[in-house]
Amino acid sequence: MTVRRLAEKQPESFAFTPENEAWAKKEIAKYPAGRQASAIIPLLWRAQAQNDYWLPRPAIEAVADMLGLPYIRALEIATFYAMFNLAPVGRYFIQLCGTTPCMLRGAEDLKKVCRDRIGGQSHVSADGAFSWLEVECLGACCNAPMAQINDDYYEDLNPENFGKLLDDLAAGRPVKKGSQTGRKTSEPEPGKATTLTDGRLYDGSLVGSWKERFADDKAKAESAAAEAEKARAAAAASAVVKN
Amino acid sequence: MTKLLIDGVEVDVPPEFTLLQACEEAGAEIPRFCFHERLSIAGNCRMCLVEVKGGPPKPQASCALGVRDLRPGPNGEPPVIFTNTPMVKKAREGVMEFLLINHPLDCPICDQGGECDLQDQAMAYGVDSTRYHENKRAVEDKYIGPLVKTSMNRCIHCTRCVRFTAEVAGTGDMGATGRGEDMEIATYLASAMTSELQGNIADLCPVGALLPKPQNFRARSWEMQKTPSIDVMDALGCAIRVDTRGREVMRILPRVNEAVNEEWISDKTRQIVDGLKKQRIDRPYLRENGKLRPAAWREAFDAIAAKVKAATPQKIGAVAGDLCAVEDMFALQLLMGKLGSANIDCRQDGTKLDCRSGRASYLFNSTIAGIEQADAIMIIGCNPRKEAPVLNARIRKRWLQGGLLVGVIGEKADLTYDYNYLGAGADALAQFIGHAPPNKQKPMFIIGQGALTRPDGAAILALAAKAAGSLNVVKDGWNGFNILHTAAARVGGLDLGFTPGEGGMDALSMGKGGMDVIFNLGADEIDIAPGAFVIYQGSHGDKGAHRADVVLPGAAYTEKSGTYVNTEGRVQMAARAAFPPGDAREDWAILRALSDVMGQRLPFDSLAALRAALYKAHPHFAALNAIAAGEAADLAKIAAAGAPDKAPFVNAVDDFYLTNPIARASSVMAECSALAKGRVQQAAE
Repeated sequence: MTVRRLAEKQPESFAFTPENEAWAKKEIAKYPAGRQASAIIPLLWRAQAQNDYWLPRPAIEAVADMLGLPYIRALEIATFYAMFNLAPVGRYFIQLCGTTPCMLRGAEDLKKVCRDRIGGQSHVSADGAFSWLEVECLGACCNAPMAQINDDYYEDLNPENFGKLLDDLAAGRPVKKGSQTGRKTSEPEPGKATTLTDGRLYDGSLVGSWKERFADDKAKAESAAAEAEKARAAAAASAVVKN
Repeated sequence: MTKLLIDGVEVDVPPEFTLLQACEEAGAEIPRFCFHERLSIAGNCRMCLVEVKGGPPKPQASCALGVRDLRPGPNGEPPVIFTNTPMVKKAREGVMEFLLINHPLDCPICDQGGECDLQDQAMAYGVDSTRYHENKRAVEDKYIGPLVKTSMNRCIHCTRCVRFTAEVAGTGDMGATGRGEDMEIATYLASAMTSELQGNIADLCPVGALLPKPQNFRARSWEMQKTPSIDVMDALGCAIRVDTRGREVMRILPRVNEAVNEEWISDKTRQIVDGLKKQRIDRPYLRENGKLRPAAWREAFDAIAAKVKAATPQKIGAVAGDLCAVEDMFALQLLMGKLGSANIDCRQDGTKLDCRSGRASYLFNSTIAGIEQADAIMIIGCNPRKEAPVLNARIRKRWLQGGLLVGVIGEKADLTYDYNYLGAGADALAQFIGHAPPNKQKPMFIIGQGALTRPDGAAILALAAKAAGSLNVVKDGWNGFNILHTAAARVGGLDLGFTPGEGGMDALSMGKGGMDVIFNLGADEIDIAPGAFVIYQGSHGDKGAHRADVVLPGAAYTEKSGTYVNTEGRVQMAARAAFPPGDAREDWAILRALSDVMGQRLPFDSLAALRAALYKAHPHFAALNAIAAGEAADLAKIAAAGAPDKAPFVNAVDDFYLTNPIARASSVMAECSALAKGRVQQAAE
């Protein structure tokens, strides 16, 4: 993460739309009297959503005014959380996970795709369609490598399907959310399961099978005891012969 | 009370204590950066680590761990804490190593050097070499106002400044943006701080990240003489320390005085320093052909003596200003008495307070510390934030504790706490006469000079006294009837009886004309009509000197030993830290010399003799740091004097930064004033 500063070019003003304004009032009312400041994150979040997913200075000030806070308090929040974009982002804002599991599964290649297609981090492509940012773990390690584009996760990426995904998004074609390799959520890929492969799991024949194991154990214990008894008898007999 | 064993010493402390406080109780010194007694607990510097037996097997931050959180031993033994074990030492050394990773090694060029907490504590817990070979973090310096310079590479993120502006000052100017390695302390987008107490953050800063800007690279702490003294910029009489090098006052710092200023001082008190060197009157002047020209003492004295001799006593008057010490006024009072004049007044702002109504009628009777007991405060014709910022911080402190009701009659202003606005003028006050007593134990009035300096001031004072009666502001064991003065000399003058005698004229009517000779002792806020021969004695070339026909060079408050009585009636003595410039002399000595030339020799040859005479006439001045309380019964006797006007109250202090001649001579104060005015304009647009 780098030092986060407000963008140089800022809009003149910001005002919540009437719907968002009403929503914000409801949100503020959730907190007890004197604790309204706690509503700052939802409000900033909504302001960002309203403003093409980035948070301009007038929005920070408007939210601070709504909550009766010094501006610096709102700026502290806006610069603390990486989820607030302080500069314009592309129509499709790609947050590419670069944390260990994704990195091991090829996130570096995806970064190269981004760099080649879009440019450096936080750079908005010329058509305004894309910008990207490497982020910390987004918690979808089962489907590594992955990226969040706007509000959705796109998983099991590789340079090919990621490139196609970006093409489709740019062209406005419908895309599939989630895994891009046909996996169902985070289930194993078809035919590659390593556990739960026993067919009996699914036909009911395993029900109560745990008892068999114990019956088996009992028989083994009995035969072992009999063996030991036999050995002792043999030892006693040979002692008698020696004497 | 809870028993603790700290380094083998058994102590008994209340359960709400933190371990740090308990350790200090046991005599163990705990290093700290972020912890400060008067701020909330942050617990983020980790320097105060101690070992707690029976607790988690890791060092504990003693500032953030409460005594009540400790568990006793298996057989009920008291909890055991160590502050000097190898584990503690190693832990603190680790913390120090982390702090120093990003701290520049620029102590030789850092103004904090010599009085730096980090430097001092590194002597005890620092290691001699670094294990960190990467680049240090670099942070841009921020503009945060004309009084505090930043050097953000040095910041260790203790957040004392953030907590001070949010909690004590109440303006919330400072904040920490970003996080982790990228955390930066700054104001909102490099704007100047707006508090009148902002200079204190440079004192709070444990390293050299925030330093007083006007004193930048001027002096080292060990080069300076430190003189404990008393401030005269407002009527609180804050405890200060004047640091001088040679003859020059280098800086002014607060001293702790729990009863008055705790450990804060206002920006005016602190940064007046450059005003002490500018616009100084360093020799006598005489007006000739409409222009002032330098003159010898003898020449000036002779001119005065001739004029005084030619005038009848009824046409001679004296006005004392806002910064005069009691001794100076006493000498002038004696001199005027010898001349047979009753025209003396120390109230150049025209306040209608009178010593004849009893001391309770012009004191802050509840005392400043009494604010912390109050549960309702009505502020009348007063903006405490501008008239006494440190007192305002005390009100805010009380307000933050909860359960305080504040009402304001007068101008609306941002006082840093919420209040109910009750009205603009005397009408709003009158509605409380006969009002049912509030459901409050310790209600308080704070009456400002904005309500009392008007022609109907006496009527308003009577009105307030009546309202105070019906609201139970004065009762057994509690006198909440408080006057907030704006001038350091005023209470001392009233105590002396430096007010018109029988048939005498007050300051405002003397200024309007009809006088032949007016002796002006440092009064720079009063207009004196043409006609009178004016002798101005003071330290700075300001309004008073411009009008004067003879100018006598006096000493500023850092250059003389003088008694001041603060708004609560506390007698305090300011000490001499430097010498007056050029030919300037201590004011009592000038008056003594002048009296000799006039043939009215004053009966003392030394300050000690003057004080002996003063204490004989007014014994309460001898009791330093004590308050001779006023008689609450006197308040009921304040007689109504005419009907109050309906005009709204106008606060006495408009521009906080330029209230006296020393402040007006200071370029730092001028810059602050311009900034504040710009803000007001911006807010109005």
